[in-house]
Amino acid sequence: MIRSEILKEIAPILRDQLVVCNIGIPSQELHAIDDQPSNFYMLGTMGLASSIGLGLALSQPKPVISIDGDGSVLTNLGTLPTIANNPAGNFILLIIDNGSYGSTGDQPTYAGRKTSLAKVAEACGCETVVECAAEDTGRVLQEALDSGEMTIIVCKCESGNAKMPVITMDPVVIRDRFMKAVSA
Amino acid sequence: MQEDINKRIVDDFVANDVSFVTTVPCKQLAGVIDEIDARKDIHHIPSNKEDEGMGLCAGAFMGGKRPAIIMQNTAIGVTINTLATLTQYYRMPLPMLISYRGELGEPVACQVEMAVHTKALLAQLHIPTYHFHHRDDVEELDKIIKYTFMCNKPVAILTDASFWGGY
Repeated sequence: MIRSEILKEIAPILRDQLVVCNIGIPSQELHAIDDQPSNFYMLGTMGLASSIGLGLALSQPKPVISIDGDGSVLTNLGTLPTIANNPAGNFILLIIDNGSYGSTGDQPTYAGRKTSLAKVAEACGCETVVECAAEDTGRVLQEALDSGEMTIIVCKCESGNAKMPVITMDPVVIRDRFMKAVSA
Repeated sequence: MQEDINKRIVDDFVANDVSFVTTVPCKQLAGVIDEIDARKDIHHIPSNKEDEGMGLCAGAFMGGKRPAIIMQNTAIGVTINTLATLTQYYRMPLPMLISYRGELGEPVACQVEMAVHTKALLAQLHIPTYHFHHRDDVEELDKIIKYTFMCNKPVAILTDASFWGGY
């Protein structure tokens, strides 16, 4: 399975949650598959989906799912100690780990080679870390939501992208409708 | 006296309903960070890098809290992309209390290398910038915080060694 197939499968779970989605093709895919006001699409700023999601989870009670990539987590590796040391029970970091920089031409990441992001997260102090196969993502994500415990999910999948249009929505519109969904 | 200024700064943040503060330490800011950490009205999240801190602040703002970041001016270099493509692009307010290292009284030569670029970079980004040099300059902080949340922009408050009373 590739990322877009996973997103299609978990879209019914994501629909009712606050979602912060990673820059580039992941946001384009989620936007094309199931655009929701409760989705915050990152149009720039690689690496900060997990930080934005944690800040949001710590500031209000609704569950927050940050959809991140292995390349983006590697670019902001300092996020994992911050997450571990400031736990929010309503926060889920879903790392779709396809071992490649999907938005830039599928160059391999170190997560696809020797580096285990699940082990890194554990070493950083994250208490609930689940590594799963792509096919199990929906079940693992639902269990994490039901548990009410901060969970880091590392979903191992194949490299590849669906051809989706660029998001042309104005960033202030994305932010405004997202904030209305947060406070609804 | 030093304690008074730290307390005064944090009082202004609290009075303006700033309740989520992320910090990356600087020697000059140690007292104000201690004060932030001690206040029950403020959720203090130390971060490992300033762009990460700006991400946390963006999330907190969208969650309904008023955020602020405390950092050193050397970090302007690593946060330009985040300021342009997140904070400014999505039109989010962010007071940035910044220690202005490399100014008069600075003992570490390398700090001057970023000091000479600090104001130019902030000007290039069209970030409203205030420079606290004399102790009385703190009188403007309340208005600067109000201005930040009025216009939904990142705003820089550079605080140099003279303001902090030396090292």
